[in-house]
Amino acid sequence: MTQIEEVSIEDIRHLVSERAINGETMLLNMGPQHPSTHGVLRLLLELDGEIVVNCIPDIGFLHTGVEKNMEAKTYQKAEVMSDRLDYMNPIGNNLAFVMAVEKLVDLDVPPRAQAIRVILAELTRLNSHLVWIGTSSLDLAAQSMFLYSFREREQILDIFELVSGQRMMTTYLRPGGLWRDVPVEFEAAVRAFLKIFPKRIDEYESLLTKNPLFQDRMYGIGKLTREDALSYGITGPILRASGVEWDLRKKRPYSGYEQYDFIVPTRTEGDNYARYLVRVQEMRESVKIIQQALDKLPMGPVRSDNRKFVPPPRSEIGVSMEALIHHFKLWTEGFPAPVGSVYNAVESPRGELGVFLEGDGGPKPYRIHWRTPSFENLGVLPVLAKGFLVADLVAIIGSLDIVLGDIDR
Amino acid sequence: MDNKLEKIVKTLQADFGAAVEEFRGEAHVTVPAGRIVATLELCRDQLGFELLDSLTAVDYWPKELPRFHVIYLLTSVSQNLSVAVHVPVNGDQPEVPTVSGVYASANWREREVWDMFGIRFAGHPDPRRILMPTDWEGHPLRKDYPLGYEEPQFTFNFDEIDLRKPSPKE
Repeated sequence: MTQIEEVSIEDIRHLVSERAINGETMLLNMGPQHPSTHGVLRLLLELDGEIVVNCIPDIGFLHTGVEKNMEAKTYQKAEVMSDRLDYMNPIGNNLAFVMAVEKLVDLDVPPRAQAIRVILAELTRLNSHLVWIGTSSLDLAAQSMFLYSFREREQILDIFELVSGQRMMTTYLRPGGLWRDVPVEFEAAVRAFLKIFPKRIDEYESLLTKNPLFQDRMYGIGKLTREDALSYGITGPILRASGVEWDLRKKRPYSGYEQYDFIVPTRTEGDNYARYLVRVQEMRESVKIIQQALDKLPMGPVRSDNRKFVPPPRSEIGVSMEALIHHFKLWTEGFPAPVGSVYNAVESPRGELGVFLEGDGGPKPYRIHWRTPSFENLGVLPVLAKGFLVADLVAIIGSLDIVLGDIDR
Repeated sequence: MDNKLEKIVKTLQADFGAAVEEFRGEAHVTVPAGRIVATLELCRDQLGFELLDSLTAVDYWPKELPRFHVIYLLTSVSQNLSVAVHVPVNGDQPEVPTVSGVYASANWREREVWDMFGIRFAGHPDPRRILMPTDWEGHPLRKDYPLGYEEPQFTFNFDEIDLRKPSPKE
């Protein structure tokens, strides 16, 4: 028989107002099984009528100890867990992880692999934004939007399946390059998607952008100032909607982003509507990046030929003794990384996704810390929600675009 | 390290006697626990580091003095620079002053470090666990905390393992 523990008000006395103790305002649970919390998020709300006085997020329901588990695995094996963090952005997580490993062991990546990484990372961004636009408008009762956006998302997942054999948990990137080259059908599949997608974005916009019902729920709701955004460590589209032009793809180009021509959409209003406009504009920019990367996709190898870190191709193993030894060593022991710590960050659809990696000379990470953007982005919710209606709170959570797997790790 | 960052690191060195290391082009600055609030205030107000990217810790068990490093990753959006500030913490009574008054994002990250490493943050406004259940014992990311596993049960030893299997909330 499960024992139900009673939680006393003393534990949270410092978080609620005096009126909640007197019983003037109401304490109400929202979640953890609430459809608009996008996962298992529990919010403890202090309500005055329908107005939110205090909002206390309670997280950790999806905590799986990913950091602890990764410390017990070799660098190659730990990568598999990275997909499961932010499950809307699997290739972005792979990218953050393999780039941190490459930085730690000082490994180069061939240009073709870099370009394919960019194409896939941008497709993942579209995938994530499509889920966001679908689910967040579903919260506002725009049900058809959800069906349209998932129709296009399906096409992206098909491309992932084509290259990696998996629709969501791809684990396609490797330290030093890719698992293997993309199949010949890849280019045609991406071009077919690029051909229809800009028109589909116009379609979404015609449904939402000028829609008065949608605007009523978005204009001026959940305003975030520039100072608050920076102090709360907000990054990504939310920061850019508050007037700070900060995009790691532009400011600290990685994986060859400096070759592509794109703009960083920024707004100054900082409300739900600004965040919506920034993300929609970002989708258009992503299409531009994929188009350019595909047009000048270089030929060549997709893996580094540094055999200390990258396994040799199958064809070499049969004829070369060294190749066989390297293969054996890599798959039994893994590769050793030097002593020292690095921090590597990439721009995920939600903001700065960083990996802090510390090596101890062995084949396993001594410490790996995931700086996941949703964690910081949810931290600002109490500030945003204060003084708005419960119905607006739903719209605000939607506009923050949180992924609970990313928060709880 | 580029020139701008070098100047900033020099300032920290002069003001706080900070030790500086460089690895793969990243600057790591070490300051004592007592000076961390002043260091971060200086970084935010005068050196232009607006963003506390992350706050985490590393456990060097069985080393005791110092056992932990608390790491503050700072970014300057205006100058496009980053620096990591390390604070060594001893194992017998791990405690660091809170910086949640300097950067608001430190509030949750410090709760995470307390939850995972058992490092206290003196003066923290909301010192509860954040990821683990409130009645959890131990701090999972410490190196002396074992990584749990489940014994596989087969037909010949099913009952035997069933007896010693831990069940939740017992």
